[in-house]
Amino acid sequence: MTPSIPLPAAIDVRGVTRSFGSVHAVRGVDLTVRPGEIVAFLGPNGAGKTTTIDMILGLTTPSAGTISVFGHSPRGAVARGLVSAVLQSGGLLKDITVRETVELTASLFAERRPVDEALERAGIGHLSNRRVGLCSGGEQQRLRFAMALVSDPALLILDEPTTGMDVEARRSFWGAIRADAARGRTVMFATHYLDEADEYADRIVLMSQGQIVADGSTAEIKNLVSGRIVQLTLPKADLAALASIPGVDSVEAAGDRVTIHTRDSDELARHLLTSTEAKDLEIIAQNLESVFLALTADRAPSVTTPSQGALR
Amino acid sequence: MTAITLDRPAPALGGFTLTYLRLELVRKIRNPRALFFTVAFPVLMFFIVGYQMLDIPLTGTPVASGGVSVAAYIMVSMAMYGAMMSATQTGASVAAERAQGWTRQLRLTPLNPVVNVAVKTLAGMAFGLVAIIATYVAAMFSGVELSATQWIVSGLAAWLLAGAVFTTLGLMVGYMVPGENVAQITSLVVVLLSFLGGLFFPLSNMPDFLQTIGRLTPVYGIGELARSPLTGEAFDLGALVNAVVWLAVFVAGTVFFFRRDTRRS
Repeated sequence: MTPSIPLPAAIDVRGVTRSFGSVHAVRGVDLTVRPGEIVAFLGPNGAGKTTTIDMILGLTTPSAGTISVFGHSPRGAVARGLVSAVLQSGGLLKDITVRETVELTASLFAERRPVDEALERAGIGHLSNRRVGLCSGGEQQRLRFAMALVSDPALLILDEPTTGMDVEARRSFWGAIRADAARGRTVMFATHYLDEADEYADRIVLMSQGQIVADGSTAEIKNLVSGRIVQLTLPKADLAALASIPGVDSVEAAGDRVTIHTRDSDELARHLLTSTEAKDLEIIAQNLESVFLALTADRAPSVTTPSQGALR
Repeated sequence: MTAITLDRPAPALGGFTLTYLRLELVRKIRNPRALFFTVAFPVLMFFIVGYQMLDIPLTGTPVASGGVSVAAYIMVSMAMYGAMMSATQTGASVAAERAQGWTRQLRLTPLNPVVNVAVKTLAGMAFGLVAIIATYVAAMFSGVELSATQWIVSGLAAWLLAGAVFTTLGLMVGYMVPGENVAQITSLVVVLLSFLGGLFFPLSNMPDFLQTIGRLTPVYGIGELARSPLTGEAFDLGALVNAVVWLAVFVAGTVFFFRRDTRRS
């Protein structure tokens, strides 16, 4: 391919919806992923992440809209080995060995990497002669990873890849993914774990209630969420003046009570207490979780409380 | 490390590979229960039921004067039973693998779903052939005597007819009933149909009403056709109609439930 021809997007999703009967799982999603990006796909359960992933892989067809993967239809991209995935739902044959499973997968593609290389990169080279039925959940997940690697996909999709793994297994799994992404592979992963998104993604896409509610680089999202909320009582507040203070992102008022989102709470508090009549001033810390919760809670009042870094 | 290329072909033949076929055969060999019921059971049944009938003539011609024995009739029936069991398991394994999510995993590869079923059918047919050869060899060494044409035509007929009708029966049930227990259900169905269709006892030994029902079941037609080379008489036209109609029903059922299944995902 000559440089003058622009590379097609790794993933190009336009105006996609998907309904199952009266359930609207995906309600109009536009998403473009450039080759080489590592994208974290976040959102509470039922946000439509898995349905979106299924459509990108051609396992489900959209009710409306179009999807292309490296310029091909999803099934065309799968048939060419351009995209592969580690899915939660994928089953394995229990009566064959780890190596046989990867051999079988490799044989189905026109172009593939050596089986031993895939086993090694997934960290299960030492298990190659074990029957799949005797492998632990984490080992089976690594086997799915080896199966996904053996076709040398340009796009790798991971749906909750580390569910059921302990901390050590998660760390080594991500080490393998990261080493692999260094070759320029595009990676999109759905996760519940915000620290995984924070540590391994270039870009975060947040989905809630079937729509994308936030999309930006990890740095942008962190900027967005690293601020604090300042609340105060100030009769007849000049909201426009408050909004123009450096660092302030938004200002809302309910009666005399004013809520300000800011990236510099110290400076704002100093200004408010010295130059205005502000009273009852409170500074509320935010973190990644609380903002994601806020973004998704706007649309989903029943979102449950996150715990230990997991957004559920 | 080499860069990842985007210009790649899709595999030929919908992803059919000998690696997959070989693994399917390996999986069958590793399953002792299935191996027993498809290969060992027909041989064992021949020795239990057929062996004592070596001297009993099937037709008017005594065995001593070159007539065919009832043991040969039992031999074809039992061999066919093994081929039917093996064929039915093809459909049951499709259902079980769908329930386990393996079919979904395969959809992340270029393998065409129809080619997937074709590979499993071939593996099932290979074991059906093993069952037939094992039973025939056991019978040959026990003293069953047939002409070369009778051996070959009855064996091929039993193999291909059982394969066609019972692979499609198994697939239809497999796509119709989701779950891992389809194997048990279909095995039971095959045993019942074998009794009713005169595979274990000649229909003529049964009460009239059972004979009428038996003639309408799917084992009757293919059984009569496969055994017809033994008697040297033309087979009953009803048997041919029976086999064709049941095959058509099972093919239509398989297509219908396969489509329903792929739509659902």
